[in-house]
Amino acid sequence: MRSPQPASVWSRLEPLLGKVQKPARYIGCEDGAVTPVHTDSKVSWLLTYPDTYEVGLPNQGLQILYEILNERDDSVAERSYAPWTDLETLLRRHGIPLFSVDTHRPAGDFDIIAFNLSAELVYTNLLNCVDLAGVPVRSEDRRPEHPLIGAGGHAAFNPEPLADYVDFFVIGEGEEVISEITAVVGEWKRSGRTEGSREHVLHALALIPGVYVPAMYHVEYDGPAIASVTPRYADVPAKVEKRTIADLSAWPYPKRFITPLTEVVHDRLSVEVFRGCTRGCRFCQAGMITRPVRERPAEQVRTMISEGLRRTGQDEVALTSLSTADFSGIEQLLTNVVTDPTSCGQPTSVALPSLRVDAFTVGVAGQVNNGRRSGLTFAPEGGSWRLRKVINKLVTEEDLYGAVESAFSNGWTRMKLYFLTGLPTEQDEDTLGIGELARNCVSIGRRYTNRASVTVSLGGFVPKAHTPFQWFGQNTEEELRRKINLLRNNVYKAKAVQMKWHDPRASIAEGLASRGDRRVGRVIERVWREGGTFQEWGEHFRLERWESAMAAEGLSFDWYVLRHRTQDEILPWDHISAGLHKDFLWDDWQAALAEHGLEDCRWTPCYDCGVCTGYGIEHVVASPIPPAGGSQGTGQNLETGGVVPVRLQIGRRLERAESQEPDDVAVPEPAPQSAPQSAPQSAGSSA
Amino acid sequence: MKVRIRYSKLGKVRFLGNLDVTRIWERSLRKAAVPVAYSTGFSPRPRLSFGLALPLAAGSIAEYVDIEFATDVPLEGLASRLSEALPVGFDVMALAEKFPGQVSLQEDVVACDWELELVGMSQAQASDAVSGALAASELLLERERKGERSTDNVRHSIESLSIQSAERMVLAARLATVGRGLRPAELVGVLFPGLEDITETVRSVLRTEQWIERDGARQELLPVPAAVVAPTELVGA
Repeated sequence: MRSPQPASVWSRLEPLLGKVQKPARYIGCEDGAVTPVHTDSKVSWLLTYPDTYEVGLPNQGLQILYEILNERDDSVAERSYAPWTDLETLLRRHGIPLFSVDTHRPAGDFDIIAFNLSAELVYTNLLNCVDLAGVPVRSEDRRPEHPLIGAGGHAAFNPEPLADYVDFFVIGEGEEVISEITAVVGEWKRSGRTEGSREHVLHALALIPGVYVPAMYHVEYDGPAIASVTPRYADVPAKVEKRTIADLSAWPYPKRFITPLTEVVHDRLSVEVFRGCTRGCRFCQAGMITRPVRERPAEQVRTMISEGLRRTGQDEVALTSLSTADFSGIEQLLTNVVTDPTSCGQPTSVALPSLRVDAFTVGVAGQVNNGRRSGLTFAPEGGSWRLRKVINKLVTEEDLYGAVESAFSNGWTRMKLYFLTGLPTEQDEDTLGIGELARNCVSIGRRYTNRASVTVSLGGFVPKAHTPFQWFGQNTEEELRRKINLLRNNVYKAKAVQMKWHDPRASIAEGLASRGDRRVGRVIERVWREGGTFQEWGEHFRLERWESAMAAEGLSFDWYVLRHRTQDEILPWDHISAGLHKDFLWDDWQAALAEHGLEDCRWTPCYDCGVCTGYGIEHVVASPIPPAGGSQGTGQNLETGGVVPVRLQIGRRLERAESQEPDDVAVPEPAPQSAPQSAPQSAGSSA
Repeated sequence: MKVRIRYSKLGKVRFLGNLDVTRIWERSLRKAAVPVAYSTGFSPRPRLSFGLALPLAAGSIAEYVDIEFATDVPLEGLASRLSEALPVGFDVMALAEKFPGQVSLQEDVVACDWELELVGMSQAQASDAVSGALAASELLLERERKGERSTDNVRHSIESLSIQSAERMVLAARLATVGRGLRPAELVGVLFPGLEDITETVRSVLRTEQWIERDGARQELLPVPAAVVAPTELVGA
């Protein structure tokens, strides 16, 4: 019944590649790539990153699933990335569909096209890729011969804006659930994908824990508000709970790292040292939806690094996580990596993304830097201690200045400081505090080098689903712009302080896609139909497209983006669960407004956010002792709950006793409550 | 110890740029665990030196790289070790120890052989263009470099030119590389003026040889041993 198509589009694609920019991103051939054999008994997945190859290739989630699916005997997987606009034009002109880079197979030949959604502004690219695959963009128009369209990744935690376009979403981690999906889709494939069978396979997928099939749910509206979300079948769960792997060490992937032949954004070996983060930063969706903390045993990390370096010939390894300095025994691990003889005695450098802001961390960074001291990045996020308590990024000024002093005194000359603006309760003095911090950092640096400079990077805050800030009304474009200008005027005369900022217009579109409901889908479709692809790329983003699409659909930015939401309101993603109790998030939102910080639950008693208790899982760490210098102590009298639910890795049982005594664990400095008042002391603050 | 290596670049990897190829060699040498010498200083780099750049999308069975090793490496088996570590499409075809004092690849090479597959014209058309060019004493080409336009007589850069026709119609050319030289795309522009899209006329470009001069005589930079069959199945693939 399915029309026979050539197994590869390469012969038709090849003559076009001489006419496009960077053709190397379409050839595949990478180290670690496979050439899978497709058979009727294997479910074929096309794992697609809806942005360019350079951005998508390093994505670890996609690489992990690619490898697991190709190891199984009931599935094969290939990869695809969004073609850049020049190639897209040629593909459409010559009638060539979206293709895999592995064997250049047409996307429509796969059983499943599964998208990684790392961010919201790629949504129009998802529609474009589906369309380029020759598949109807709306789920309701698809027939049995069309592939199933799936999606996963962090942005899938609010799947509703794409509910009419994606057949199924994976909520949470994919390592285990992909085998259950493969089984259901394999059944469908063997049944011959007969007329009307799509409804059956979608229903069956909806019964898999962690899989959300939007078509199985009916949404009632009450004006602009949501009145109810109801499953269409009795056996379909009213709430879809995320999937979480209990033990990261059971999944030592990737083993066959995909090493690109051409330049990509991160061209290095990436080894995930732990998953999840309980620092509890309230703006951070990743930290909320990936709980609990699960460390990979140091021994396994070492094996993955040495095997990976040997296999790929890479000379740089990144130890990835949401806060790598929090890894138990990070210093020992780095010592081992740097002195590892398996890297042929050739220089191997280590990258540590997502560093904490403190002097200890700088020491760690200095350990791995091979004498290279170019730039170092810290993310205090808020310009005052008061605001940092609101957002629960409990970095004290002493932490920051200690980190900066340590960095400058160890030979670094350039610091980059990341901040958010448009945060809840933010006042102009918080924004101006950023300038104060930057100037003070330069003053510290000047004691060590005349070349000391600080770059402030300012991003507009976009509230995300499943965070305590999900009820917060985002700042308007004008307000974000005003704050950016306030800071620009404050720092433009300051010596050696540079400033960069994100386009506040893009933050508005991102806000819409982040907290939208199903009705926003038509807006995304309109933007795509008007040519609005690659919205993460400044040269392609135009807010006017989004504004006119909103107007055409009769929807308002005010409702979706700018207003504060109420406690009793049904949020579009309330039937999706990251395990966090809505009460916990609301209480944390109220604590934020009360400027009340919350310590990391890894090393303090449980706050019962709901994840560990609800899913019967625990933190997995090698040590219950907080890392040296990991200051997140506020000195506040925090309400405490039950015992710390920490599962220690094997061989570390002795330390368990210590974990029972929170007082032994604390290394906090008393909170400098007067931090904001200290600002006027520095010269030049009124510049 | 320095080694000169001749290798191929065929098939899909033709679309990799010269910087990509440099990175791939560095990584492949680490994969093969061959002890490459590194430069000293702030940011140590492996000591690799490449020959004349290859145009994007052109294939080649005559690419060259000189590599300095940190210690003496047995040449026996080195070619297959390296080919295995390199991506598909790259194969080591010949290698030899480079003698001290031998000049760099870029300085040494005087001419390259090219094969261009022509489409969308009759053999008579192609042959006429070739004989016309060979008969001419002056072939003017307008080109730009570093923002400066110039009109050059490129006739002396064409050392030989012929149409070889079997299943495919192939333009074989030996083009000088000394001075400003002449690139294959420029040759096509001179032979067939007024083309809007060169890819409609030239289906594939292959570099087949690089030549040096010794005592007034031309010789191959590094001949391919008789035992090595050029991996032609990827040609034009």
